[in-house]
Amino acid sequence: MSEDTALQRVKFYQTGTHTVGNRLMDEDKRSVQSSIDRSNAITSGHRACQGCGEALGARFALDAAMRSCDGNMVAVNATGCLEVFTTPYPETSWQIPWVHSLFGNAPAVATGVAAAMRRKGRAQTKVIAQGGDGGTTDIGFGCLSGMFERNDDVLYICYDNQAYMNTGVQRSSATPPTARTATTPAVGEAPGNVFGTGKNLPLIAMAHNIPYVATATVADLHDLETKVTRAMNMSGSRYIHVLVTCPLGWGSATNHTILLARLAVESGLFPLFEAEDGAVVRTQKIRKKVPVEDYLKLQKRFAHLFKKDREDVDRIAAIQKMADANIDRFNLLGERSAP
Amino acid sequence: MTHELPFAITLDPSTSLANKTGSWRTERPVYLDRLPPCNHTCPAGENIQKWLFHAEEGDYEQAFQVIMEDNPMPGVMGRVCYHTCETACNRGQLDEPVAIHAIERFLGRMAFEKGWTPRFTAPDTGKKVLVVGAGPSGLSAAYHLRRLGHDVTIREAGPMAGGMMRFGIPKYRLPRDVLDYEIQRILDTGVQLELNKKVEDIEAAFENEGFDAVFVAVGAHLAKRIDIPAHAAGKILDAVSVLKEMETGGEPPKLGRRVIVYGGGNTAMDVARTAKRLGVDESMIVYRRSRKEMPAHDFEATEAEDEGVLMHWLRTIKEVDGTNVTVEKMQIDENGRPQPTGEFETIEADTLILALGQDVDTSFLEKVEGVEIARDGVVTVNAQMMTGRAGLFAGGDMVPAERTVTVGVGHGKKAARNIDAWLRGKAYEPPLKAELAAFENINPWYYDDAPQSKQEQLDPVRRQTGFEEVLKGLTEDNALYEARRCLSCGNCFECDNCYGICPDNAVVKLGPGNRFEFNYDYCKGCGMCALECPCGAIKMVQEGS
Repeated sequence: MSEDTALQRVKFYQTGTHTVGNRLMDEDKRSVQSSIDRSNAITSGHRACQGCGEALGARFALDAAMRSCDGNMVAVNATGCLEVFTTPYPETSWQIPWVHSLFGNAPAVATGVAAAMRRKGRAQTKVIAQGGDGGTTDIGFGCLSGMFERNDDVLYICYDNQAYMNTGVQRSSATPPTARTATTPAVGEAPGNVFGTGKNLPLIAMAHNIPYVATATVADLHDLETKVTRAMNMSGSRYIHVLVTCPLGWGSATNHTILLARLAVESGLFPLFEAEDGAVVRTQKIRKKVPVEDYLKLQKRFAHLFKKDREDVDRIAAIQKMADANIDRFNLLGERSAP
Repeated sequence: MTHELPFAITLDPSTSLANKTGSWRTERPVYLDRLPPCNHTCPAGENIQKWLFHAEEGDYEQAFQVIMEDNPMPGVMGRVCYHTCETACNRGQLDEPVAIHAIERFLGRMAFEKGWTPRFTAPDTGKKVLVVGAGPSGLSAAYHLRRLGHDVTIREAGPMAGGMMRFGIPKYRLPRDVLDYEIQRILDTGVQLELNKKVEDIEAAFENEGFDAVFVAVGAHLAKRIDIPAHAAGKILDAVSVLKEMETGGEPPKLGRRVIVYGGGNTAMDVARTAKRLGVDESMIVYRRSRKEMPAHDFEATEAEDEGVLMHWLRTIKEVDGTNVTVEKMQIDENGRPQPTGEFETIEADTLILALGQDVDTSFLEKVEGVEIARDGVVTVNAQMMTGRAGLFAGGDMVPAERTVTVGVGHGKKAARNIDAWLRGKAYEPPLKAELAAFENINPWYYDDAPQSKQEQLDPVRRQTGFEEVLKGLTEDNALYEARRCLSCGNCFECDNCYGICPDNAVVKLGPGNRFEFNYDYCKGCGMCALECPCGAIKMVQEGS
């Protein structure tokens, strides 16, 4: 029974290559979230909504950060959903040293914590600051830009759910065009948020020429954890912008949280890239490109674009144009490298 | 809590673990094992997904042992089975099905190289069972009965075991060393084989020899014939005899220079391809319908064409006059039935081989009281595969079913389980079938793009001149690659997705091999775990149902 041909090689794990873990994968290549020993930085019993993307994004990022520094870190938190659902007095879900001050000053507090650590001779203690898009792109923006300008040794993570969700879904400067919020209702000539250029904080951060800027989503854990780990092993100001789905604010099904984050990437609306010292160094290629409709249709905040017999073709096309511009700008199509 | 809490505070200062957010839930996720479509369609009832699970890890022996629970001949099966599993495979909707047959064949070869044997655990029962016929069904029944602890004797009328696997399937599809090895491995489990011993009297086996049960699986070996007016009779043979002669005759059958094979089934293709290998100049198929309606599997016709077999579709044979064969052109009517057109052609041929199907020789059963033989010659059995005579079971080609090796092997297993139950005075209760794992239950995002590995084919020139095996096997690398293309439909493969993505840490990881469980104290019922489970092993159910 001799039979020998050489045709195919085992390239990777065809069985669930992109899953959180994989019994076929080497232990050290598995994601932090697959580990039975992960920190669970935000433990059970927190009061986030069903299917909260921010609860996921924060745990993914902080667990990876905890692993990369052996737990020697402090996290500073701006006001927002994340702070409210984890720490209603007198409980806490945090299993890490955690400080909350005000809505707008998380970067300044983190800068202070880093300085204090240095002064106490504990410079190896890593400092992370985190906030939502409101606390980052609007209210805390001045503090953040100052922190970048001084190149303070802090990793800032923004969990972007594209509006002020904690106080009842009000528009922020990260709210996408045409999206309905409590303050940009779907009425009148140009329903939803104005079709402006938006405030693209990763690009603004890059303009500060800080050591590291990256974007990530809750849909690709290997990617997110790699970026957090990379940032944790650098010093100076670092910024990671994580897109987190908000079922309540977006009007999406609670089980679509990861799916929507994935579609945001695959449509080109949310490009995944890394920049060092102001220049893009790596991009995550789109695996299977989808039209923006696939992403928009699953969310009630865009429902007015898809009214029966009155589909808003022009605005959908304008959103598609945004996605295509991202694809061009970051060169998102082409061969994807193994994670 | 009796002590006083601060104003507007409902909980003690503490961790949020005191807050059982599971009370928010209206739907709960549950783990389940769904039935993968491959397992569902396998006529031998193999647990394909389970053995692929072990093969993916490179634990080929465990994979082999899992196959052996259902099918004692992976090497044969990986070659001759028409793999309904691959037609059903969910991966086929993504790119191409997993080449299950090629992996099974590889495992068969590994077992041969390493000398693996099946693990038997049942204690001996002392019950004696006679199996009549050493074809796929009889061998399978004998193996499974042995596995269940019974004494088994096979009686075979022919000079060699294997039945249609040997006398109906040419060597270029099933090399005889593979067949011999796998039959011997069955016999080595303690099955007695008596060759050249035709069973004529079933009752005597019960009464005089003390068999507690009998399983008959003598196959369908009688070639169907039709009347073709022949003025000066040319040479007319039947396909079964030609194929059989290839195995038993000292000299290959003499066919002349031009051969017509009449029929459109797999046997017709086999005979036409065999004729080509025997060196005839022209080997032709004449079939009354078109390729679309032929009963042969498409790959068989394609391989035959590659080897130079000529196809005359939509033709019936009207008359034979010496070497002149008159055929009438047919056309397919709106009901899909062939109708004559009144147009005739003449084809020259030295030999006409009829491949029109086979009948069962049931003469030895006619005198057994209670046994019912249907008008078309097949034996009637009940759901337990028992004939009207208590303790007499039948299976394989002689009962109503599709006539393939794998169906025969499946009958053998089913009969063995029912015979075992009957011998113990019980009725066999097949386990309840889980719900089917449909493609809609799969989340294909998590699987990498991976085109199917192709088995290399023997060069057509060498195929026309010898009986060397046409399809090559996979290397270990290729087999591992191919096994890892399995989506593990409906069955958890411990990818940690549910554990990793639960926003409430409500999934508990139990460690390698032990899968996961839900902590319903904290599960809010968002359903993300179910939607993001790559293989569809989680289902959302209404709370309280």
